[in-house]
Amino acid sequence: MKTSAQRLWNITLVGLKAILRNKMRSLLTMLGIVIGVGCVIVVVAIGNGATKSIQDTINSLGSNFIMIFPGTTTQGGARMFSGSSTLTIEDADAIKAECPAVAYVSPNLRTSAQTVAGELNWGTSVYGVGVDWPFIRAWNVADGGFFTDSDVRAGAKVCILGATVSENLFPQGGAVGQIVRIKNVPFKVIGVLDRKGGSTMGQDQDDQIIAPYTTVMKRLMGQNKLSMLYASAKSPEQVGDAQDQIDALLRQRHRIPPGGDADFMMRSQEEIASAQDAQMKILRTLLLSIAAISLLIGGIGIMNIMLVSVTERTREIGIRMAIGAKGRHVLLQFLFEAITLSIVGGLLGVAIGIGFSSLVAKILQWPIFVSPSSIIIAFGVAAAVGVFFGFYPARKAARLDPIDALRYE
Amino acid sequence: MGEVEVRALDGIDVIVDEGDFVAIMGPSGSGKSTLMNIIGCLDRPTAGVYKLDGVDVSSLNRDERAVIRNAKIGFVFQSFNLLARTSAVENVELPLLYGELGWSGAQRRKAAVDSLHRVGLAGREGNHPSQLSGGQQQRVAIARALVTNPAILLADEPTGNLDSRTSEEIMAIFQELNDAGKTVVLITHEPDIAQFAKRIVSVRDGRIQHDERIEQHRVERRGIAAPVQASRRPEA
Repeated sequence: MKTSAQRLWNITLVGLKAILRNKMRSLLTMLGIVIGVGCVIVVVAIGNGATKSIQDTINSLGSNFIMIFPGTTTQGGARMFSGSSTLTIEDADAIKAECPAVAYVSPNLRTSAQTVAGELNWGTSVYGVGVDWPFIRAWNVADGGFFTDSDVRAGAKVCILGATVSENLFPQGGAVGQIVRIKNVPFKVIGVLDRKGGSTMGQDQDDQIIAPYTTVMKRLMGQNKLSMLYASAKSPEQVGDAQDQIDALLRQRHRIPPGGDADFMMRSQEEIASAQDAQMKILRTLLLSIAAISLLIGGIGIMNIMLVSVTERTREIGIRMAIGAKGRHVLLQFLFEAITLSIVGGLLGVAIGIGFSSLVAKILQWPIFVSPSSIIIAFGVAAAVGVFFGFYPARKAARLDPIDALRYE
Repeated sequence: MGEVEVRALDGIDVIVDEGDFVAIMGPSGSGKSTLMNIIGCLDRPTAGVYKLDGVDVSSLNRDERAVIRNAKIGFVFQSFNLLARTSAVENVELPLLYGELGWSGAQRRKAAVDSLHRVGLAGREGNHPSQLSGGQQQRVAIARALVTNPAILLADEPTGNLDSRTSEEIMAIFQELNDAGKTVVLITHEPDIAQFAKRIVSVRDGRIQHDERIEQHRVERRGIAAPVQASRRPEA
């Protein structure tokens, strides 16, 4: 037993020496595996990061969050935009007044605008919302206060800055009480929002300005249709009830018969998240299949080089057999060489994958999560590729006839 | 066209005694290569019996023959057949890698170094074949053949790639090893080289033509080879 373990180790060393003798060739042979494994690690890291941040977004929005969009759904399920929005402020008021499962409702409009404060200016998004918005988004004002119902009714020119906007327009701080000009309209800053950080795919949620929707409609957009309504159910369990009640109410208000195509659409946060998740899954599957193809090609590369190596070393195989190597020994030697190539390639791939992932995290500000399981799986697949594609050339070597092999020039 | 049976050897009957030095001679196509392959357990006869060291090896399978080659036969080839880019001592160690002895790395290294000393290559252990002359390479090959302490040394045209002076040196080593009791079988087509043996068997058309014991042609001692010591099992 000791003898055969000893011999196995000796043969292992023989394979290793052969690899070291052809460093450049070995490196090129490994490249396919390196790319394949690196790909798997990066793809899974990005996918995991995205999934995690979608989850974070759900958590930050609260699981009782509902979005209502204007427009219709066709039979096929594709969302169609009608020329103008079908949701009105009266709809929002009616939902809040008449749907018992709904706690808060806020209109939501978005426009982008250049904002100026003194010498500094900053391009950002301006959202017109109602007074319920901080409750729906579970987002508090860090400094100052939020606007009131009377501000909304009056269309007061007041605004609350996101943390990023505040930093850029008032680097010294003290934004509250100052005047900013949004599309040349002066607004008084009455508050600065809590910092929330990046959201899905690295959008900066703090790069926004919040103002009463009436003011945004009148002063900045010049229209009174809503692009979206935010609502929240009284509890996560009541999301379904709230959606049913909103649906019934809006159908009644918009005079749509039961079963007819609605001119609005609803999504709970969970539905939005699962839709995003489904998109991520498609992307991930696509990238993983590229990685799988790369591993396959890497394996074929190893087989190719091993076949060349066997032919090139026919004489060596003959010598080894003449002095007592059994077919098994020769098989193990070449198999070990192939496995080593793929394992070292796998290790390099893991290193490059982790490096590239952190680079992506740093440069693109994407959330990245390198999972240990992806490393183990990628590594295992690489080793398996080595065994699978190394076996044929190794067997070819083992089956050589020593007399012919010795005569080979 | 059907297959044509070619009889490379036919009715060969040879007994090589332990401690003998036999040269097998013959022109190309005479069947001497086939004879060597059978003696070396690389091939097996389609009919007939070949006993090596008292054991019938003519019916053994591939793996069993590999074991016999490793333990009982030391090959020396015309083209040296050393592994390139591998040091002399590693080349000599090679048979021990596949053997059944289960030696440690240090034991193998010691046996290989001893074997190189026996053929007069002390100090050349770390050299690669490309850094050695033809004669030195052939000595490494002889050291490799000796390292397992085989029953016979089987040399196939060992001087075919060497000049005459170096050839004599190599033949001197074979003679010294034979003097120390090693059985040597030499395959050659050069009559000069065959003269170093104690017995010449001439093969032609697959049959034995002559089998004669001769007055051995002595090479003057040059003090190249160190005295032979039995070294089957170095002290662990």
